[in-house]
Amino acid sequence: MYLTGAEFRRNLSAGFIALLAVIGFIAVAVTALAGFGRLGDAAAVLDEPYVWRILRFTLYQAFLSTLLSVALAIPVALAMARRPHFPGRIWIVRLMAVPLGLPVLIGALGIIGIWGRQGLFNDALDLAALGRPLQIYGLQGILIAHVYFNLPLAARLILAGLERVPQEYFKTAAMLAMPRRTVFRLIEWPVIAPLIAGVAGLIFMLCATSFTLVLILGGGPAATTIEVAIYQALRFDFNPARAVALSGLQITLTALVLAALAFLPRAGDPGTSASSEPGRRPDADHHLSRGMDFALIALFTLWLILPLAVIVVKGAGADLLGLLVEPVFIRATAMSLVIALSAALVSLAVALSFITAIGAIRALREPGPFYRGSAGAMSAMGSLVLLVPPIVLGTGWFLLLRPFGLTDAAAPVIVAAINALMALPFVLRVLQPAFAVHRSRTARLAASLGLSGLARLRIVDWPGLKRPVLTALAFAMALSLGDLGAVALFGGDQLTTLPWLLYSRLGSYRTDDANGLALILGALCLILMIAGTRAPASGTREGKKP
Amino acid sequence: MTQSPSIRLDAAALALGDKSFRFNGEIAGGRVTAVTGRSGSGKTTLLNLIAGFEKPDSGRVIIGGETMNDLHVAKRPVTVVFQENNLFAHLDIFTNTGLGVSAGLRLDREDRLRISEALARVGLEGFERRMPASLSGGERQRAAFARALVRNRPVLLLDEPFAALDPEMRGEMGTLLLELHAETGNTVMIVSHEPGEVEQIADHRLVIENEAISVRY
Repeated sequence: MYLTGAEFRRNLSAGFIALLAVIGFIAVAVTALAGFGRLGDAAAVLDEPYVWRILRFTLYQAFLSTLLSVALAIPVALAMARRPHFPGRIWIVRLMAVPLGLPVLIGALGIIGIWGRQGLFNDALDLAALGRPLQIYGLQGILIAHVYFNLPLAARLILAGLERVPQEYFKTAAMLAMPRRTVFRLIEWPVIAPLIAGVAGLIFMLCATSFTLVLILGGGPAATTIEVAIYQALRFDFNPARAVALSGLQITLTALVLAALAFLPRAGDPGTSASSEPGRRPDADHHLSRGMDFALIALFTLWLILPLAVIVVKGAGADLLGLLVEPVFIRATAMSLVIALSAALVSLAVALSFITAIGAIRALREPGPFYRGSAGAMSAMGSLVLLVPPIVLGTGWFLLLRPFGLTDAAAPVIVAAINALMALPFVLRVLQPAFAVHRSRTARLAASLGLSGLARLRIVDWPGLKRPVLTALAFAMALSLGDLGAVALFGGDQLTTLPWLLYSRLGSYRTDDANGLALILGALCLILMIAGTRAPASGTREGKKP
Repeated sequence: MTQSPSIRLDAAALALGDKSFRFNGEIAGGRVTAVTGRSGSGKTTLLNLIAGFEKPDSGRVIIGGETMNDLHVAKRPVTVVFQENNLFAHLDIFTNTGLGVSAGLRLDREDRLRISEALARVGLEGFERRMPASLSGGERQRAAFARALVRNRPVLLLDEPFAALDPEMRGEMGTLLLELHAETGNTVMIVSHEPGEVEQIADHRLVIENEAISVRY
């Protein structure tokens, strides 16, 4: 409506090209999997009890991780909601967002530093003459790590829900002398209950497709998930049939979870909800309950902060200067930055193409079924790319390129492309609402002034949209920078990224180096995140990975 | 009917953010007093202090001769009606009203009868099983009045209770408020922006300015 004919065609074709590129990239990988597995062989693999044991373990650990994360998040969120004003609260809320942006690999190192055999927890028990009973490798470790990353996510979403409760409810509760139980039953639970399904579904999805944590903390065949098994099948056993069968299983599993998620109410976005500052809670004005709440909040904060502190302390103790001048470090850093920047730019370009094309189609008075379908496909891409996890995508491309001896040459491109797809849902989440608001504010005015093309971009769009665009770019880069999943299959002498270097140092027991690398990588990601969220655009600050 | 208590603020001071409020004055017992003033001047803070949602940093809040400072909201002889969200959206009107009798919702036959009578009194006969969302704004405020009736506290504080209603409905609700006041003889304090509304219902007027009570007449 507000676009010139040429603009309309340009927007539309960019969107279609991006859509075809994304679908093509995924389709090639999946087709390669199907072709290479010679489906019969792959089907035979499904008879192995090993495969079913892995599927069972994948579901089992995801179920337990979800249960623990959500069950622990509820009391934490309730306590935080009951204490809306205390010094440092804002920092705890910010800290809750850190695990989402933290490279999983670094989190794993920090967790080992606290909960590992030589970690602080076992040290403390040892001092108390209780020995070192906690064994981090295996199910316990996976659960600790998954809860570390997902408890704050769940708590944030539930807290945001609780902070949307009208002030008057709690005032009324205080006035009517409602007992704590009744406040929970009549006010808090009705808010939490509808959130739980969405939150749990999201966490289950994240845990069922968790790769890096399980790779590092899983212990042999007894504690391996499908994703890690695919990696092992290719990297160690070179058993393509098994990799293909497992990939098929993984796609089926993610498809089922995604389908279930589509039926669940969406977990609300915490960023845009709490518009006003939460008020006091006259209903929770007892000394005992205050003490208990603060004790719980303190425990939760320690749980979040100790692994981070351990990374800083141990990293600072490593030979950082020595690391910085190592040629392999410099090469890895350069490679990581190149891949991260390319991935972020590609992701941004795809997202922008989708958004402008969807905008162009929506602006049509009566879009035909083809246009409507295309717009639907583009907006659904944000979650559809989750269907084929990075390891599976990588496997497909790996199998396709190997016969031609191209795995090394093409590896950086494939890794960057996979990273770009991984970042896509997140980039879309940040940009879509920002663009919608921007469009509604400026489209009519710009059209009436005859602003179009580059002039419009320079005068109207860039100033209005640069913040969300930079936020998306920074987060996508951080995501790619910290990712071990895509690079795991291709990594080696030819392709070394920072996470890969860290992982291989860890594998050769050069723990000092690994700690130093973790600190450097963490600092890089932190700088990107801070740069991306500085002077945030309204409503997009607390975007999250889906 | 026993005389309803007066309310006295004895240098009751409270700092909130960059504002420091200091209230001195008396609100007559058994009368309707309107509280006016610009937004942000401290009308709601005054109500919060009297109701017990806020505690004064210094000074005293006295109701009926008794110092209220350390008394919990629920123990004060006060009921508050807010502009909105007086009703829990997922509970029906009967339950919402019943919470005024027993916060744990343990209601005997007599209680149930009282609740239905109160609903009938405010013009919500037969609304027992309706959900708040299916009611108009005015009907929801009527339900809040019904709950205040069954709570039976001698002081009623209203924080812009009719601000979300259209003018005609406002007049009706003002009349209902006055009728209930005449029946119970309670002490009523109502925050209002509407000169007409103040004219219609109030015996006295307080003006809040510069974070304190400035005029009283």
